Amino acid sequence: MTAVSALPATSSPAGGGSRRRRPRWDRSAIAFLAPALVLSIGFLIIPMVAAFVYSTAKIAPLSGKITWLGLENYATMFDDPVFYRSLLNTALFMVITVPLSMAVGLALAVLMNSVLPGRKVVRTIIYLPLVISGVAVGLIGTFLFNETIGVFNGLATSLGLPNASWQSSGIPAFASLVLITLWIRVGFTMIIYLAGLQAVPQELYESASVEGASGWQSFRFITFPLLGPSTFFLLIMNVIYSFQVFDTVFVLTNGGPGVATEVLGTYAYKTAFGPARDQGYGAAIGVVIFFLTLIFTIVQWRTNRNRDETA
Amino acid sequence: MAITAPRALAPTRVDADRSPAPPTRRRRSKVGLVVRIVLAAVTAVVMAFPLWIMLTTAFSGQQTFDATVSVVPREFSLDNFSRVLDAWPVGLWFGNSVVITVITTVLTVVVSVLAGYAFAKLVFPAKNVLFLVMLATMMIPTQAILVPQFRIVNGLGLIGTFWAVIIPGAAATFGIFLARQFMLAIPNELMEAAKLDGAGSLRIFWSIVLPLCKPLLAVLTLLALMYQWNDFLWPLIALKDPDLYTLPIGLQFLQGQYQTDYGALMAMTLIAVAPLVVLFLAFQRFFVQGLATTGIR
Repeated sequence: MTAVSALPATSSPAGGGSRRRRPRWDRSAIAFLAPALVLSIGFLIIPMVAAFVYSTAKIAPLSGKITWLGLENYATMFDDPVFYRSLLNTALFMVITVPLSMAVGLALAVLMNSVLPGRKVVRTIIYLPLVISGVAVGLIGTFLFNETIGVFNGLATSLGLPNASWQSSGIPAFASLVLITLWIRVGFTMIIYLAGLQAVPQELYESASVEGASGWQSFRFITFPLLGPSTFFLLIMNVIYSFQVFDTVFVLTNGGPGVATEVLGTYAYKTAFGPARDQGYGAAIGVVIFFLTLIFTIVQWRTNRNRDETA
Repeated sequence: MAITAPRALAPTRVDADRSPAPPTRRRRSKVGLVVRIVLAAVTAVVMAFPLWIMLTTAFSGQQTFDATVSVVPREFSLDNFSRVLDAWPVGLWFGNSVVITVITTVLTVVVSVLAGYAFAKLVFPAKNVLFLVMLATMMIPTQAILVPQFRIVNGLGLIGTFWAVIIPGAAATFGIFLARQFMLAIPNELMEAAKLDGAGSLRIFWSIVLPLCKPLLAVLTLLALMYQWNDFLWPLIALKDPDLYTLPIGLQFLQGQYQTDYGALMAMTLIAVAPLVVLFLAFQRFFVQGLATTGIR
């Protein structure tokens, strides 16, 4: 991460008693930092530590009484077919949506970076889904994909195409999730790629075209390599997003039919706050999501730091 | 929230300066332009389609749909809106969303700017370690801390009040990070001059740093607004009483009540979506800038 290595050199001269340049520090910093520290310790750091603690407990649904179980919740996980299914679905969701949204986003960014009438309007339309809540997106999705009165099946019927069982069978339901996710994700990918494209020096394309490079060749050998950092950043961000996906799935399919579209995010919520109200087990699933996120965050930090050092 | 990461976007180290860039821009073929226009038009239609359907359905006035869906609006009517507004306290939910979003946003911005200033410009022990810890909290997934956060907020006696959403919502460390990055760029000489004149940290912050931070404040405000207005999972747990619902929770609740009355559901969705869409259209530049630098969503 650029930020980390860009920290200002605040270290004062280490030599003891050298001149008057004592490491005097601003007492007012305490006041400036206090609100942020209280909030993040109280509502982020302590909860994160507590999540590990609770994941080793059985919390009684009504009384909240805690019984310590050790690693039993994690052992349960290994025998829980719904957990495996959620893990598998989350992985599938990632494997399908990440490359697709990146490829489409890149194509759109290249398109939007070219000379094009009305390009601002189109760009705005592509960004727009980004500001819409996951719940609203999911709800619009339920209408589009409704099997009996939905828009897509209605269109299919009027075009003489067969209807898809978006709600009642697993694969179409999963496909509906993927489609709606692409709708909201390609805009984000496009933003980052557009920023990347703007940093590519125009002269490169000009000299390439002088040497007779085709459009595809200049994309393949100039644009794409120079977008490497953007691609990497997007890869990580999109992967993390897919580990944590919740709203859209919850509203659109609610994990169904059966558990065909259950993901870790929805399963963790349902376990802890659904009818079962098994908060200990729910916390344990949350810890799994945390570790998946952590792994990819570390990869990103390390890579970025290395890049900063070599740059 | 997704973790956020700054992008020093693509420090292109390619040595392109040597070619003096002859102005022989290859004439782009007409065909290429037409292809691009067609592609852009198709994209726009596909991307706008779900929103278009929401709009036309909301204003159609029809309770339910038969299998013959109309993509063009049939008639204009506000019946769907009056049906939803009469049956459910949508106005109240809207008000709840506004109150919670505004207070959380103000808190987030204030907290972020204060801490960002300390991290960018003040000298204090363990600064780097503290900043790293703050950065690290950005990657904590909501689902991972759901249970303990609920127990803490419950223990504080906040469940059943808006504060249950507002206070944890203000613990958004992405803002601190953004603020610090922005303020690092403010030259220290400005502050040193003020210090020589005897101004304290607070005074320097208030009358020198803050006035230079308007673009930062815009980005922070819009991001926090968007995040809080749309937040779902935590309010779903923290707000049990229907009188306290925010719009996303109300939407989800109505979904259960009106399984097939999509006219009403789309009207309600439009009510929930419209304020942010309007804000986005008005302040697009700041939204895009914020999303691009933090990677939220």
